[in-house]
Amino acid sequence: MKLKYFAWVRERVGKAEETIEPPPNVRTVADLMAWLTARDDAYAHAFETPKVIRAAIDHTHVKADAVIAGAREIAFFPPMTGG
Amino acid sequence: MSAPVTIRIQDTDFDIAKEIAALTMGRTDIGAVVSFSGICRGNEGSEKIAALTLEHYPGMAEAEIKRHADEAMSRWPLDGLAVIHRFGRIEPGENIVLVVTASQHRQAAFHAAEFLMDYLKTSAPFWKREESADGANWVEAREHDDAAAARWTKS
Repeated sequence: MKLKYFAWVRERVGKAEETIEPPPNVRTVADLMAWLTARDDAYAHAFETPKVIRAAIDHTHVKADAVIAGAREIAFFPPMTGG
Repeated sequence: MSAPVTIRIQDTDFDIAKEIAALTMGRTDIGAVVSFSGICRGNEGSEKIAALTLEHYPGMAEAEIKRHADEAMSRWPLDGLAVIHRFGRIEPGENIVLVVTASQHRQAAFHAAEFLMDYLKTSAPFWKREESADGANWVEAREHDDAAAARWTKS
């Protein structure tokens, strides 16, 4: 699946997007954040306060307990400040 | 005939009069048009702002605005609406966002425009970065914007 990052999450991770294959035990958005956090310090910094991070699966907002199976694109970003 | 819905995400400026005319031209059934434009301020409190840079999530930004435009069309008797949101670097005095709603009567147009703006603030995937004397910083989300959007939730 493809991962995308925006705003300061993108800056902290150090890339705008990547393709990953998480193991089957990574079931939810929260699991995915924890799995990424364990990879290295950049991800750990980006996801240090998971409750402020927003996520979208295939262009739709989701909560941290959303199941990621079947997702083509998952995005992580801070709370939105448009308008 | 279904009412026209225009959604555009663009880096260039927009012409408010032209967008209103596009909704009302040749029609005699529309009695009310409300437009809201959001403009880049030159200061945030006592801090001087040199510019804003808006980042967005292409694809999702359009989809998310479309979902709220569809909801506005189903909640109020609208004869058309337009939402335009800019991205990229925007200097003080320049336009950021435009919402135009058209209806037979003013109440639907006012309510729908406010509903769309409240949701644009809290759920359209855009992020503002502020340039000031002490560097560039991401703007933090405001709780009162969440509260403004929440009051439209049907109970």
